[in-house]
Amino acid sequence: MKIIEVKNLSVKYRGIDALSNVTLGIDSGDYIGIVGPNGSGKTTFIRALLGLVPFGGEIYFQGKSFSDFFAGKHVGYLPQRMSFLDQSFPATAEEIVLSGVYCCKRFPKRLEKEDYAAAEKVMELLGITPLKERSIGRLSGGQQQRILLARALVHEPELLILDEPTVALDPQSSGAFYATVQRLNKEKGTTVLLVSHDIGSVGNYASKMLYLDRGLIFYGTFEEFCKSPKMTDYFGVGQHLICHRH
Amino acid sequence: MFAQIIEALQYAFIQRALIAGCFIALACSFLGVFLVLRRFSLIGDGLAHVSFATVALGLVLHVQPMLVSIPLVGLASVLILKLNEKAAVYGDAAIGLLSSFGVALGVMLASVAGGFNVDLFSYLFGNILSVSTLDVWMTIAVSLLVAGAVRLFYHDLFAITFDEEYARVSGIKVKMINKMLVLLTSFIVVLGIKIVGTMLVSSLIILPAVSALQVVRSFKATIALAGVFGVFSVIAGVFASYIFNLPSGATIVMVNFLFFGGAFLSRYISEKR
Repeated sequence: MKIIEVKNLSVKYRGIDALSNVTLGIDSGDYIGIVGPNGSGKTTFIRALLGLVPFGGEIYFQGKSFSDFFAGKHVGYLPQRMSFLDQSFPATAEEIVLSGVYCCKRFPKRLEKEDYAAAEKVMELLGITPLKERSIGRLSGGQQQRILLARALVHEPELLILDEPTVALDPQSSGAFYATVQRLNKEKGTTVLLVSHDIGSVGNYASKMLYLDRGLIFYGTFEEFCKSPKMTDYFGVGQHLICHRH
Repeated sequence: MFAQIIEALQYAFIQRALIAGCFIALACSFLGVFLVLRRFSLIGDGLAHVSFATVALGLVLHVQPMLVSIPLVGLASVLILKLNEKAAVYGDAAIGLLSSFGVALGVMLASVAGGFNVDLFSYLFGNILSVSTLDVWMTIAVSLLVAGAVRLFYHDLFAITFDEEYARVSGIKVKMINKMLVLLTSFIVVLGIKIVGTMLVSSLIILPAVSALQVVRSFKATIALAGVFGVFSVIAGVFASYIFNLPSGATIVMVNFLFFGGAFLSRYISEKR
């Protein structure tokens, strides 16, 4: 079943086409690595999916048009830049993680025992339980990123959108991070969209690759990518390098 | 000094000032935490300047200034928000724009009415003698409205304050909540000018929040502590102004500064350790 269908998606950024005519469907349970050079529209693509930028074309989630879709209920999102994060913001790690469940609450929103239990569970999964009471601004970049990931995971979303999630992580945490995401994908069938500039490491985890460069260049499995003569024309030796690393 | 405090409490105007002041301070501190963290705290200052014009308008038209001010300042608060959202005017510039307009209009209206009179002056710097029973009831009603809104929308307000984009993705009605926040601020500013005056009312919004932010780690504790700072500054300020014969609005603000100094020092010392 298709969880997302995108038809003729175009996004303009300050009058310039950041993305044009992207049409694709994403199957439920897919793990898709979104790759492409700097400024290729990777982040723009997911921001359009989340309704954070105005776009042309159509986006359907589970067959429903975007306006009917209560995005947060189904989506966990880890934003790319943490620059928004105010280092003196007075909130504990637990308060931030718990804010991930607000999407699924009705007015007036109240936190229940189960919510605290869910936060506890996801923090344990990511190894950040000892940070629970700590103030978010006093943590390292990697710890902050794991807390924001916990916020994205706490309500067990069907779709997980991660924008350059491992930039602030050391190789060890990065490995643990990928393992966690892979487990969610395999065991819970969570659909994963992972934006990365590192095509090599994406290949180790993702089942499909979406290559963007202001439009759709390639979408399919890595095998298809490596065998595609069209991609040989497009990438030249680059294709071989990508496939070799994969 | 204790005898003087007991003596002060006998006066009905002191009682009214204390009740209205405590409720105002509590509401201002709650809103202040959200406004300060969103870099929007000067909206209190801007709206106070606008209310200078609306008070002058009320005095010129011989209508109760509060009744003119509440709708007009509310309108100004939404206008600041819209200028910021739609016209791509920076938040601080949008506030500055309306703030200077408010003062200019107020001065013009005052001059048309024959210059600054005692009434307008008391609105500039606050006059607890002028707090009427109606003011007290209005203050209690609006403060309870603020406290209720913060309680009911606490999680939405927290989410927007921490990360507005994520709040939007979470399906929180960000625009609606923002509008509610500035409207409540405008009401509380109008009511606060009786106590501390248009020149100083923004300090009730900014100072308790900033003091609490010096010492606290969690969000809930920040709101609670800001409320404590706000209420105690009013109580201490009103009594101190009575005992030392000082202007009450200015004394309340000075007590707030003392709290800030204390909070700042305690943070400095704990970080040094």
